[in-house]
Amino acid sequence: MSNLIAIFFSMALINNLVLVNFLGLCPFFGVSKKLSSAFSMGVAVLLVMLVASAVTWPIFHMLLEPHGMEFMRTVIFILVIASLVQIIEMTIKRTNLTLYNALGIYLPLITTNCAILGVAFINIDKTYGFLESLVAALGAGAGFTLVLIIMSGIRERLDLADTPQAFMGTPISLIVATLLGLAFLGFGGMI
Amino acid sequence: MDGDRVEILPTNPTNSMNPINPTNPTNPTKLVLSPAPHLRGKASIDRDMYIVVLALLFPAAGGVYFFGLYALLMLATAVACAVLTEYVTKSMRRRPFCMDGSAIVTGMLFALVMPPRSPLWIVAVGSIFCIAIGKEAFGGLGQNIFNPALAGRAFVAVSFAGALTRFITPTAGALMADGVTAATPLADGFATYRALFLGNVAGSMGETSALLILIGGAILLAFGLIKWQMPVFYIGTVAVLGLLLGEDPFFHVLAGGLMLGAFFMATDYVTSPLTTPGKIVFAVGAGILVILIRLWGVLPEGVAFSILLMNAVTPLIDRYIRPRPYGHVKRGRKEAAS
Repeated sequence: MSNLIAIFFSMALINNLVLVNFLGLCPFFGVSKKLSSAFSMGVAVLLVMLVASAVTWPIFHMLLEPHGMEFMRTVIFILVIASLVQIIEMTIKRTNLTLYNALGIYLPLITTNCAILGVAFINIDKTYGFLESLVAALGAGAGFTLVLIIMSGIRERLDLADTPQAFMGTPISLIVATLLGLAFLGFGGMI
Repeated sequence: MDGDRVEILPTNPTNSMNPINPTNPTNPTKLVLSPAPHLRGKASIDRDMYIVVLALLFPAAGGVYFFGLYALLMLATAVACAVLTEYVTKSMRRRPFCMDGSAIVTGMLFALVMPPRSPLWIVAVGSIFCIAIGKEAFGGLGQNIFNPALAGRAFVAVSFAGALTRFITPTAGALMADGVTAATPLADGFATYRALFLGNVAGSMGETSALLILIGGAILLAFGLIKWQMPVFYIGTVAVLGLLLGEDPFFHVLAGGLMLGAFFMATDYVTSPLTTPGKIVFAVGAGILVILIRLWGVLPEGVAFSILLMNAVTPLIDRYIRPRPYGHVKRGRKEAAS
């Protein structure tokens, strides 16, 4: 149990996807302008990460590994994750329109995101078991959501700031991400 | 006078169809000013900042007393670089440069959190980073998200980690003496309370003496520059958590940079929440983070990182903890929807 908690916090804070591993930067900068959309994006990423980890782990360990086809993992993972998320999206659209509208465009946007694939690879590379993989995905998603929400709060405040012309928009966001990454170094080595 | 009036009428063809009517009450550019007399307060940025400089002179003097004249050199370098950087960035942006003292405060704070024998070029680079990236890139005083001095400290801590772990034992009173290299009490976990309180221990330049920081903090409180809640809840959280986790609470309060951080850095107007309840949330959160980093992190000290992390969530704290409007009875449901 303590092992699972350690994995969760390690993925959420210490090895934060965005600030330490530099994965998923595109939604991080693209969807952090407003708090509400940042939250929706974070939840969508969390869901897709969970599903992707739950699917890719058995595929790798029961299909690819026994046949010595580990080199195929990138292609297979992308294909499986993308098609699976499309199926989920269609199902949600049919069954729960409110949820579909809430997740909106974010669900299809992130199906091929590097953060999703990255977590699936991290799970394999760290030889996590199935349950550990799920917890790792949960932690990574939670950490992503946390950072995205913090970033959107900061960017909403920066909209009011007298930022120099050359730094407006993405440049100042990159500087904020840098300083945020420096701050997150404080969590280093906790687990 | 008639000639003047003609000139006031809009000559711009785009505006001629819709001349600006100064008596039109819907004109949004018009400011409403109540009639005189107005009460004038003495508060200004300059005054506040120079009071902070005055308060900082106590821990700075302690740094020079305990660690020799080299500490004075570091202080001068940091302040000079900070002011110069502010001047250069302001001229690059064609904005007026004013000696409002905020760059001096940042420079002093930055020097005070550095190890007492830091190479001067690192002090200079860090000080330039504080102002250029930590403050001016965001648009100058009042616009920055992170405390500039701490942003610079984290930057040099990561960039020049090897050169900045050399802490020395204090050589009280002997201004030219070379100190002996020693670990900070937080790293080896031993020092007497008396030494920790007076400042006669190894550590960052301005952080060692709790007594001198308390004097500086008292000045800030006396002039009403900071609210007592911030340092009290910050230090209190660290003490209570330390006690609950079986650590020595007095040691955790007195050692390291907690006192300086609690009085001079967490209380920064720009990067801390606006409301008093917000400040308390900030302080308690920072206190929890300090204990987490000190006890479980790889770093011996977590004050700088705890304040930086809480700086990052300050916009969110301000978003959800707002002052209650006068006469407000019950929270409406509409507020949650936004």
